[in-house]
Amino acid sequence: MVERRRTVHDIASRKLRGRKIRSSIYIGFIVSAIVVALIPLGFIVVALLVKGAHVISATFLTATPVQPTLFDQDNIGGIGNAIVGSLVVDGIAALMAVPMGVVIGLYLSERSTRTATILRSVSEIMTGLPSILFGVFSYIYIVTWMRGYSAFAASVALALLMTPVISKAAETALRDVPLSLKEAGLALGARQSTVTLKVILPYAFPGVFTGVLLALARAVGETAPLLFVIGASIIYDWNPAHPSTAMPLMIFNYAGSFYESQQAAAWGVALTLVVIVFALNLAARFVAARMRREQY
Amino acid sequence: MEQNISTGGSTAVLTAPAMRLRQVGVAFAGRTAVRNVTFNVDENKVTSLIGPSGSGKTTLLRSLNRLHDLTKTAVVTGDIYLRDLNVYGGDLPTTLLRSRIGMVFQRPNPFPTMSIYDNVVSGLRFNGIKDRALLDEAAESALISAALWDSVKGRLKAHASTLSGGEQQRLCIARALAVEPEVLLMDEPTSSLDPVSTQRIEELMTELKQRVTIVIVTHNMQQAARVSDNCAFLLMAEDRAGELIEFATTEKIFHNPDDPRTLDYIQGRFG
Repeated sequence: MVERRRTVHDIASRKLRGRKIRSSIYIGFIVSAIVVALIPLGFIVVALLVKGAHVISATFLTATPVQPTLFDQDNIGGIGNAIVGSLVVDGIAALMAVPMGVVIGLYLSERSTRTATILRSVSEIMTGLPSILFGVFSYIYIVTWMRGYSAFAASVALALLMTPVISKAAETALRDVPLSLKEAGLALGARQSTVTLKVILPYAFPGVFTGVLLALARAVGETAPLLFVIGASIIYDWNPAHPSTAMPLMIFNYAGSFYESQQAAAWGVALTLVVIVFALNLAARFVAARMRREQY
Repeated sequence: MEQNISTGGSTAVLTAPAMRLRQVGVAFAGRTAVRNVTFNVDENKVTSLIGPSGSGKTTLLRSLNRLHDLTKTAVVTGDIYLRDLNVYGGDLPTTLLRSRIGMVFQRPNPFPTMSIYDNVVSGLRFNGIKDRALLDEAAESALISAALWDSVKGRLKAHASTLSGGEQQRLCIARALAVEPEVLLMDEPTSSLDPVSTQRIEELMTELKQRVTIVIVTHNMQQAARVSDNCAFLLMAEDRAGELIEFATTEKIFHNPDDPRTLDYIQGRFG
């Protein structure tokens, strides 16, 4: 026994050097992979700051767009209407997608029926679809039905895009709820629906909320689904039944403009958008971390 | 043994057992886990289920409040009565049954999203009680009964997770008591606790049996000897199904059991 112990220790100490070398090689791989991934991101952020920061001002964020002329090329107004448009479009999309996504996630986490399997596959396929297809769907069913472009049609397209993202996050979060808590609820005489509402959902809330914010962050930046359903607008318009515009579309339109002032404005909108998306992501992480800490 | 089964005269009702088990069996996906268990749970007594691992103690306990309903493959056979009500016979809705038979689990499982107060009154709220005064009163009384009131009365709004393991388990006891159950099922309630917390919960059980009938699963024989009045000894049969070997007063089980296998287990020869 003592003999074997010595053998084990001898081998372990001889192998230690090799293990250390291998460990540093792997760490080197990981670090370089991170750097490679961060370089393009760094370039984008720097480009946005350099080209976009000087455009942004209070007027730029609040005024409505003005069409520049050859004699007054720098007067382009602002993007206030696009910010409002994005708020309306994304807000209504979230109002539709959140309940739908959470209910689907709940169903997927609680049931293992054939329907659930099919629903999960459909949902996974939907996350992989090119986003422009949601625009096509909305055009066929909403635009033709409403006989015109509208912010609402854009919301429908984005809601379809967001729902599978939310349902996936919700399913994962809801599956993580310990069985012991469900049992505790049921053992107190609660109905299954009460346990779901009062025990399961509150526990899973941080995860669900993170999923919602990430889905929203994705939707805020989408251009393709809006292209041929939202129409156009250059005024402040909160009515979802009216044509509208959104920040990504503004980038799309301005970037191809003849005027340099509008090209610069495209960078400005892009920077604004990135800041908003970044803030949403940060908020998601913050809320999730904070609520987890409160629970334990 | 069977003298209390017929219900008739008033004396019979007064001495009627809180629960009766008749040929109870539990099977999962066709595989028998517990078979043919018959005994009475006497009112205001502590009944302990003892036996080695795998003898079906917890499985049997969870059949009493229909917690196996959650498992699709589970089938409970035989009859279980709460007073005169057939637990599996549709005599009362499962939710009402569970508010009359409370449960405390192996590991403390307070609702982590709720405060101490909200945890205690959660069962009442789940059952539709909203009256603030009633909730406050029930919370205080349940926390006092669970010997937790003095240490938490100043921080009822604090999260349940701020309590120690032993306190969390007493919170779970308070939560179960607040619904005013007639029977309290305890599934190895001290197995994850330190000796001091264990002792407090054992003392608590002796006080609690004045107002509630207790059925406790324990694999700690000393605990069964200390706290229980009656004892059911289960053992795994050849086919791995749990069987009731002997049911008697704790006194008899520990000093003069009828079955040699009970004696072997009590004396630590196996298990």
